[in-house]
Amino acid sequence: MKADLQLYDYWPYRDRPRIVWPGGARLAFWVAPNIEFYELDPPTNPSRKPWPRPYPDIGGYSIRDYGNRVGHERQMRLLARYGIRGSVSLSAALCEHHPEIIEACAELDWEFFSHGIYNTRYTYGLSEEQEREMILDAMDTIEKHTGQRPAGYLAPALSHSERTMDLFAEAGGIYTCDLFHDDQPTPVRVRGGQRFISIPYSLEMNDTIAYVVNRMEPRAYGEMLRDNFDRLYAEGETSGTVMCIPTHNYQVSCPHRLRAFEQALEYITGHDGVWVATGREIANYFLEHYHDAALEDIRRKREAAHGI
Amino acid sequence: MAFNKEPLNKEPLDTEFLRYPHRRRGMDHSRYQWSQLHERAPVKWPDGKRLALWVNICVQFFPLNQRGKPFPAPGGMTMPYPDLRHFSLRDYGNRVGIFRLLDACDRFRVKPSFAVNAAVCARAPALIHALRERDCEFVAHGWDMDSLHHGGLAREQEAELIERSLDSLRDATGATVRGWLSPARNESPRTPDLLAGQGVEWFADWVNDDMPYRFHTEGGDLWAMPLSNELEDRFILMQNLHSVESWKQQVCDAGDFLLAEAEASGGGRILSLNLHPWLMGQPHRIARLEAALGHITAKPGVWPALPGEILACCGS
Repeated sequence: MKADLQLYDYWPYRDRPRIVWPGGARLAFWVAPNIEFYELDPPTNPSRKPWPRPYPDIGGYSIRDYGNRVGHERQMRLLARYGIRGSVSLSAALCEHHPEIIEACAELDWEFFSHGIYNTRYTYGLSEEQEREMILDAMDTIEKHTGQRPAGYLAPALSHSERTMDLFAEAGGIYTCDLFHDDQPTPVRVRGGQRFISIPYSLEMNDTIAYVVNRMEPRAYGEMLRDNFDRLYAEGETSGTVMCIPTHNYQVSCPHRLRAFEQALEYITGHDGVWVATGREIANYFLEHYHDAALEDIRRKREAAHGI
Repeated sequence: MAFNKEPLNKEPLDTEFLRYPHRRRGMDHSRYQWSQLHERAPVKWPDGKRLALWVNICVQFFPLNQRGKPFPAPGGMTMPYPDLRHFSLRDYGNRVGIFRLLDACDRFRVKPSFAVNAAVCARAPALIHALRERDCEFVAHGWDMDSLHHGGLAREQEAELIERSLDSLRDATGATVRGWLSPARNESPRTPDLLAGQGVEWFADWVNDDMPYRFHTEGGDLWAMPLSNELEDRFILMQNLHSVESWKQQVCDAGDFLLAEAEASGGGRILSLNLHPWLMGQPHRIARLEAALGHITAKPGVWPALPGEILACCGS
């Protein structure tokens, strides 16, 4: 184990090269619905149990199935009402289990990025060969069913190895959602030297973190989303920021939670200067316009700090 | 989950981990058909009603000598024996709290179903008698809250547990008893098969839908009834530690949303409230239940219904 994987350098938030998003926008806003498949009876990874209760954990399994059977269509309809195209964090096997969901998203021109094969298959313990096989399998499956080669990666169940970023970049990916170190896109160092970045995805705004880990009341979650937006929107005048709401159809689409979510979407998209985008669009825009300047600024500040 | 530990696996992982035997269209098991709610034909309630309001009241017994196999039920004993604080607070629900719930239901003309641990029949026959007097539906809720259904039970053991629970409840209530709710909503891999063999027609353990659907078993199909876990008082108040005011807000938001969805779909939806008298029956909470029931039942198109009445509209 290492103290730090050295994926990125320290880069203070102040005095960075100014980002301006398309149309002069100051905040790039994206919503990332996780569309996942959890297996009822997966092989048990020695590092992490798939379910808290003994087999069959019907509570955990069935509420996640609720997300696909009931919740997905609700969220899709809601996002459409506010002109938001989802960026789907996709368990690739869902293309095979529930192709109707994928087709419905594709019709609305949503983006698909990779979230592994199943959310019950973790990266822990995979050899480099095995992890590469899993990453490519997921990308190939998603491309076969959607016509889109995934540009982004959120490792399944946020399970990583030391090599995850390297392997995804080698497979042709351009952005990761796995790092939570910043409110703006940042370059990520990979062993192959590819131009590869992190874009803010946010654990704090993630509905599952809010509802399951932090046990928030739905209305408080909605207020948190608006508060988070207000601050990033204000700061975006200095240099463009990114706000993501990562969602799960089995959390945010429950009947007692949708209203709070809708109030936040209505509020955020009601502002001028908000670029409603997808993950790939944000990544591409940053790579094209700001990536090299960011690298140069990071280098310059590091050298200045060391008195070079 | 292991934190700050070297992964336990020695690389590479067994090849089993990269094989996916159920990666195919539909589910990864054969218990029910995959389908999305919005694609199904609308289900209609009587008289053009839009939202069925199903209130289920749990009547439970938490033994003091809890074994906790395979885990202590939520709401179970947490202190060293004898955990009198939790034992007696749960009993409070059957002695005091439930009568507040009944009054609230009567006030808003809601007929609740009662999911009864069979052990309560012998412990509180006067309560069973009082419930029998009402126009209601009894639902089997296993033996007690420390007799969980789980894979560690032999098939015969579990079959006997189900039979004993159903027989006791049927004897004490004189009711047919067609519905089932597993204690702690836990099942063994065989529970649905065993239920179907003993005259059960529906169960409410799975939370993957907002409408009833057909669930396949060795003994023929059951109906899986939607009884929300995420909206129940125990989940919101005890597990999430939300305020009771927030519980009321969440129930009202859910009711408003489902009613609107029902109208848009041209069919019906169900708002199901699972209540525990030992929680919601407390003097400081009961007004929020009344407020929630008042909000929902004041809406046109709301139909307070028992699960059997709901299923009678669902075909076969």
